[in-house]
Amino acid sequence: MTPEWIFGLAGVLVAAAPLVIAVVGETLSERAGVVNLSLNGAMLLAAMVGFAAAVQTGSLELGFLAATMIGALMALVVAFASLTLRQSQVAVGLVLALLGRDLAYFLGSPFMNIPGPRVGPLPIPVLKDLPILGPLLFQQTPTVYISVLVVVAAWIWMFRTRPGLVLRCVGERPSAAFGRGVPVTRVRYGYAVLGGALVGFAGAAYILDFKGGWQGPISGMDGIGWIVLAITIFGGWHPVRGAFGVLLFALLQWLSLVVQPSLPGIPPQVFYVVPFPLMIFALLLTNLGNAEWVQMALSRLPESRRRLAFRILHSLRVSPPAGLGMAFKEE
Amino acid sequence: MRCKEALLPHIRSSRWIEFGIQSLSVLMALLFTTLVLVMAGAPPLEAYRQMLEGAFGSLKRMTDVLATWAPLIMVTSGLLLTFTAGLWNVGVEGQIMLGAIAATGVIRALQETGLPPFVILILAMVAGMAGGAAWAGLVGLLKIYTGIHEIFGGLGLNFLATTLILWLIFGPWKRPGIASMSGTEPFPEHLWLPVLPGLRLSPWTLILALSSIVVVYVLLMNTHFGLRLKAIGKNIRAAHRLGVPTSRYMFLALLGCGAIAGLVGALQVTATYHRLIHAISSGYGYMGLLVGMLANYRVLWSVLVAFFFAALNIGGIQLMVTLRLDSTLSGVMQGALVLFVLLAQGSQARWKPTLIPESRDDA
Repeated sequence: MTPEWIFGLAGVLVAAAPLVIAVVGETLSERAGVVNLSLNGAMLLAAMVGFAAAVQTGSLELGFLAATMIGALMALVVAFASLTLRQSQVAVGLVLALLGRDLAYFLGSPFMNIPGPRVGPLPIPVLKDLPILGPLLFQQTPTVYISVLVVVAAWIWMFRTRPGLVLRCVGERPSAAFGRGVPVTRVRYGYAVLGGALVGFAGAAYILDFKGGWQGPISGMDGIGWIVLAITIFGGWHPVRGAFGVLLFALLQWLSLVVQPSLPGIPPQVFYVVPFPLMIFALLLTNLGNAEWVQMALSRLPESRRRLAFRILHSLRVSPPAGLGMAFKEE
Repeated sequence: MRCKEALLPHIRSSRWIEFGIQSLSVLMALLFTTLVLVMAGAPPLEAYRQMLEGAFGSLKRMTDVLATWAPLIMVTSGLLLTFTAGLWNVGVEGQIMLGAIAATGVIRALQETGLPPFVILILAMVAGMAGGAAWAGLVGLLKIYTGIHEIFGGLGLNFLATTLILWLIFGPWKRPGIASMSGTEPFPEHLWLPVLPGLRLSPWTLILALSSIVVVYVLLMNTHFGLRLKAIGKNIRAAHRLGVPTSRYMFLALLGCGAIAGLVGALQVTATYHRLIHAISSGYGYMGLLVGMLANYRVLWSVLVAFFFAALNIGGIQLMVTLRLDSTLSGVMQGALVLFVLLAQGSQARWKPTLIPESRDDA
């Protein structure tokens, strides 16, 4: 018999999968130098459109396709406004984040709380019968497998191929890349749109797989996009580290729901926002190593402990691509 | 600069091009919203008519627009302080909520003491300002001491503030017997901020709104403080090198914005809802951000834009009643407007050289 907690952990993977895909998408976009702050609105709108399309056509594939296109379209607007029109990426992203959310709630209101198709589990032959690992990893929904594939593919692409090198260079030293004949703006457009497509896919995965239905403002989705942006930073713009960040995050959230019954004094609403203090805390950890007063405090510690503290902070420290959010003029 | 505009006619003609592009962006926004309405299966013209009617159909409705305009322009003028310092104070929503919580706390603590009502109300306002400023101060501390961007610090604190309200409503401040989303027990009527007879508009809110516009305008236009904030917003490194204590000024801008936002929270509690509810901020924080962006961060333009946004909001309520459309449509219109104006401004800057011969040396 499989112990109960295995199913809990398997659920953590299902909850994490959409976020993993979105984090990889945003990582690709930001590595090329485009911050897509519209994520929260893009994921909500993509999720709603994906659900509506799946309900109307009866086809999950078309739902995912529609959501992916919405995500790509939102990213295209951000890229056009910032790369071609040179507007602030923050301003455009923020407006789209708000607009996307309101559009999702407005257009989605007829689709609230109605039954729709849902992604089912896809057990993998042979492997699914493994003890513990089978129920944990190989009786999952396709979204979970796709999220793993996306992470591995992004890692290989970014760090083991020549186009990946170009991608990193465009975000890090756009002028050097341009001098070598790389069409910087076109590359940035490409990765921003690809990243947005992944974000849209993730939005659909959240509703069509993890949640199983659109519930409007109470879908529990509002805020997810911001968390994805924070984890992208926490993951140091690295797809694998970002994926582990999401897993850690989903695990802590699950644990908070597990301990909830033993703490009857605290109303359940409190547990649903656990992710947000966690988000601030995660960013705190990645930034502490850079702060002057922390360095000062560390220098007062005894030698042995100082080294340890320094090493921990150093391993958590991240630095953004140097050209992130910067305008680049090709001339 | 000004005399050059008078001397060179083609720069004046660029004013017309600017005006044309701005009107085009408004048309595009209208077109976009019409498309959204068609997709939702609603008659667009009828919807617009209903919105107009809902906002300006009677004197009472017009005062309702003013009652929405007042808190909105207050939040926006607070945000202009942080915008000027180059900060994206997205946490303003939570700062409103903390103001509401602090004001509610003061009223709950003092309502049975027999103090004169106006003393209690003033204390509640002061507490609201302190609460909002404290929440904004947290954003500032996180930014200055640990380098967490104010957008993430602010959003995280927004969600925390929502939780705090839910916890209070369902926990320590729950109504006796019936803890529910309907909020805390309403205050006794003598602790409501007086409103004009038969209307929802409080003269005190209007006075506070007008004074916050004046205060922010004077601060930004006529003081060293404002000048230094502008220097930080334009180029933080240059300001730092010229001896402006950048961290302290950003912190002060956040405190100022938080205090005004907290005051709005206190007004929401004392003048509008008379208790603490879950949606106490009415989304004024996010709306204020949009107003500031659309007004291009200028105080006087914000006054007009805030009025327009308030009218959209009140008109949107009418849509819900008559056409059964979700009232988020006004949010869609506001967002679309800001988006298309941003795009228009960008196109103007991008394609200007092809429209007008280059003659500026101060670019």
